[in-house]
Amino acid sequence: MSAEASTAVDMTSTAVVFDEDTVVRAQAIIARYPQSRSALLPMLHLVQSVEGYVSQQGIGFCAGQLGLTTAEVSAVATFYTMYKRRPCGEHLVSVCTNTLCAVLGGDAIYGALKDHLGVGHNETAGEPGTTGSITLEHAECLAACDLGPVLQVNYEFYDNQTPDSAVELVEALQRGEKPDPTRGAPLTDFRDASLQLAGFFDGRDDAVAGPSAAVETLRGAALANERGWNAPPMPDTAELPALSPAGHPHPGKEKKS
Amino acid sequence: MTHPLTPVLTKRWLSPTSWTRRTYEQLEGYTALPKALGAHPDQLIQLCKDSGLRGRGGAGFPTGLKWGFIPQGPEGQGDGKPHYLVINADEGEPGTCKDIPLMMADPHSLIEGCIITCYAIRSNFCAIYVRGEVLHCIRRLDAAVREAYEAGYLGKNIMGSDFDCDIVIHAGAGAYICGEETALLDSLEGRRGQPRLKPPFPATSGLYSAPTVVNNVETIASVPYIVNGGSAWFREMGTEKSPGPKIYSLSGHVTNPGQYEAPLGTTLRELLDLAGGMKDGIPLKFWTPGGSSTPLFTSEHLDVPLDFEATAAAGSMLGTTALMLFNETVSVPWAVMKWTEFYAHESCGKCTPCREGTYWLVGILQRMLRGDGTAADVDTMVDICDNILGRSFCALADGAVSPIVSAIKYFRQEFLDLCATQPALVGAH
Repeated sequence: MSAEASTAVDMTSTAVVFDEDTVVRAQAIIARYPQSRSALLPMLHLVQSVEGYVSQQGIGFCAGQLGLTTAEVSAVATFYTMYKRRPCGEHLVSVCTNTLCAVLGGDAIYGALKDHLGVGHNETAGEPGTTGSITLEHAECLAACDLGPVLQVNYEFYDNQTPDSAVELVEALQRGEKPDPTRGAPLTDFRDASLQLAGFFDGRDDAVAGPSAAVETLRGAALANERGWNAPPMPDTAELPALSPAGHPHPGKEKKS
Repeated sequence: MTHPLTPVLTKRWLSPTSWTRRTYEQLEGYTALPKALGAHPDQLIQLCKDSGLRGRGGAGFPTGLKWGFIPQGPEGQGDGKPHYLVINADEGEPGTCKDIPLMMADPHSLIEGCIITCYAIRSNFCAIYVRGEVLHCIRRLDAAVREAYEAGYLGKNIMGSDFDCDIVIHAGAGAYICGEETALLDSLEGRRGQPRLKPPFPATSGLYSAPTVVNNVETIASVPYIVNGGSAWFREMGTEKSPGPKIYSLSGHVTNPGQYEAPLGTTLRELLDLAGGMKDGIPLKFWTPGGSSTPLFTSEHLDVPLDFEATAAAGSMLGTTALMLFNETVSVPWAVMKWTEFYAHESCGKCTPCREGTYWLVGILQRMLRGDGTAADVDTMVDICDNILGRSFCALADGAVSPIVSAIKYFRQEFLDLCATQPALVGAH
């Protein structure tokens, strides 16, 4: 389904796409916040998890749930790069091409993947949503600079990549395989990642245990351990500073003397 | 004399399953919380002031002072409005990679810090705003918050103190600008992430126009240690005005890149020594002390103490202590072009000098790198930067000009050579 076709669909038909489960989830998001509009960003992740992108129906759904106009929701959805306005592949591959990763090979990795997939930024190789379809993007700094060059699949980290390793990874994804990330949980797909970003992690206790600490992450702590270096020892008891006489009464229950 | 490395925040990272409540509790976790809840909130604010803790998100603002700006009164929330704590976990400054590993490895230290801070500022609600692209980190935080509720560290009447606190983990959606605190607040309110005019500051008019403290992850994760160790212990590390340990993130052309927690005031020469020196022995050409928004340093700055005062005195900023190291093989104009493309992409578009200025700077730099630049372009860039700096709502614009102005300051000849040696220039004139 192309983006053009989707926009032609009657926006009152959101119930067809977004079932009762989605409505329940949307309400659960709203309940997290003191004010309902704060639910908009997670709710956009939620509608993206249903359709694989933020469609006009998705925008209509959020607007309906939050009592906003579709214009207000569109203004937000178009501001943030993680909300995709066209149907995405089974997987989203994001390559960091900011300066540090680029100089270490990130530009070459992005170039190799562009050539291999035959697509450019925010374009999809294969029929969106089908097994092995891949949306490619270049990303800004992904906060893993000590592990550069990095890329992500559905926001899980693949560290210290090369053009060859990245092409190999993408070929495996295209075959329907799901190679484990260097840091993160076993791969699912882009829609499932979007559901987690909306804050729904039920039944994923194993995923929490996926690896997180690279050699680089632990380098300083390990070196200190090896050489017997420590922070100064804490005193046995450290008194808190006394209250100034002008201090306010304790807001909770009676202060223990 | 402290040791060269002082693991405080990073010490627990070495433990297997360091992210679980069980491990955290086995390693002194959640021992600061009952101590804090037994104290008066004002004692905690005073403790934070005494410790000299300064914000680890880049600006270095004194944390205790920020807490103290929240209107207090005899009724606790004396101004009649709810108070909020918002954690800025939108780590995205190029080169910065300390908060994400911290939250993945030891999320409970942040959560314990959040609860204590909420208590100190009389808040019952904390939002941790994490950039969306770090799913595993969000997953760990979500699990840790659930564990904290199960143990009674969050929720109603925490540890019998009558104090209630809720934490929500909020995933962003890909916008560097949301690391700016007022843009973050707009984003958290479900809007486009665009900065607000200050004043009013978040301390009086923050989330939902209520008094709000916005603090960085590393800052708040330090709080439980300060409660347990006291301000004098904290001050044993670092310098008089920049006390405490700091996570220095080394990346780029270095033999052993990674996270190194050392006292504030450690120099790059010392850190490089710990990290095995420059990769393949190729000499250092330029580096950032704290992300791409902090003016570049060169090999002449190896002995600048990396604390807030000394980096400023040397013409840069401590920023996020994201040390990106580039060796002699790297073209300065190319690096500056890449960073400028980043700022142009991430400019939210609200302020004309930033939106238009970064656009034209990218154009000039790309032209230079294509070989069509002229010597006059260097002065034009300096002029544009002069018209951007200090003329926008937020610091993104100031950050955007930092790499350009500092690069021209130290490497002007390289820009000129680029223009002079490009064959395309011959045909262009």
